[in-house]
Amino acid sequence: MSLLPYAVAVWLFLVGLYGIVTSKNLIHAVTCLSVVQSSTYVLLLAIGYRRGGTAPIFLDVPVGTPAVDPVVAALALTDVVVGATVAALLLALAVQAHKRHGTLDPDEFRSLRG
Amino acid sequence: MSPRLRRRVFLVAAGAVAALLLWGLSGLPAFGDYAGTYGTVLNRVAVDERHATNVVAAVTFDYRGVDTMGEEFILFAAVVGVAILLRAQRDEAEEPPDEDADDRRAPGTSDAVRVLGLALLGPIVLYGIYVVAHGHLSPGGGFQGGVVLATGALLVFLSGEYVTLRRVGPETLLDLAESAGAGGYVAVGLLGLATGAAFLANVLPLGQPGTLLSSGMIPLINLAVGLEVAGGLVLLLYEFLDQTLVMRRQGYDI
Repeated sequence: MSLLPYAVAVWLFLVGLYGIVTSKNLIHAVTCLSVVQSSTYVLLLAIGYRRGGTAPIFLDVPVGTPAVDPVVAALALTDVVVGATVAALLLALAVQAHKRHGTLDPDEFRSLRG
Repeated sequence: MSPRLRRRVFLVAAGAVAALLLWGLSGLPAFGDYAGTYGTVLNRVAVDERHATNVVAAVTFDYRGVDTMGEEFILFAAVVGVAILLRAQRDEAEEPPDEDADDRRAPGTSDAVRVLGLALLGPIVLYGIYVVAHGHLSPGGGFQGGVVLATGALLVFLSGEYVTLRRVGPETLLDLAESAGAGGYVAVGLLGLATGAAFLANVLPLGQPGTLLSSGMIPLINLAVGLEVAGGLVLLLYEFLDQTLVMRRQGYDI
């Protein structure tokens, strides 16, 4: 049971990768990459979780109340920002790829064929 | 490689990666048995040291403020990158679109979306400002509030026309907001150097914990980040919407 959150992270990572590998559309592939990235949010927050802990906000509760790790929460914030920027750049590339090749199917890009 | 073969190769590799990851992760402390030192210490001392009741904000904008500055510039660089990638190509028409031509007319907006969008605009902007301003007290901050503010522009786009949006949010103003946000973060950091402390040291009066004017420089940094994120995201929105116009002009099927 205590392994379940970590298993969820592994599952999200792999299911997102599966989506990228089998993708027929670049927009879909970018969305799948976001799924892969969300596995890191789950992993970070799972590592910082303290059983029964509250959020690390001491506005309503006194200092000393058991709370989850604020460091991993801050890292998850960085993670989200980086995820958003990566998605924006990849979507811009997808727009240009569509203009150049007239398709979003990665298998149809002739110039990229090995 | 055929799709089928590719899938098989992936499944074998994925099985191996899953086994490796689960093996590694099972060596971590069990879920809920958190034993990290930094988190425990910060939860104890952050409110006393920085007078910020939101410890996550204290970590993000103070204890590791230099990292967050880098993060902010990642966003800045990404917006510039998207603008460069989507800049007008040589063979693309640059004249404003003839939106009234029959074959180019964008689908009309329903009255319900229009009314609801405009009715939500005020509350959303107010909420965004609230989230930015209270980042050091309660969950939120510059990044989150900036995104909320940027959705205001999306609402204008949804409920009106793109042309209206460009008029109420001109690009020069957004460029200014984005650069002022990015530069403002550095300027707040230099404040520390100017008083003889370290870069990004929290040198302003800390105030009473739990009040709006507390935590020294954290609200200022939140404000800078909020400006940067809101400006940057709306610019991203413009770049992509411009592409729709370009592609509609060129007769793409979209």
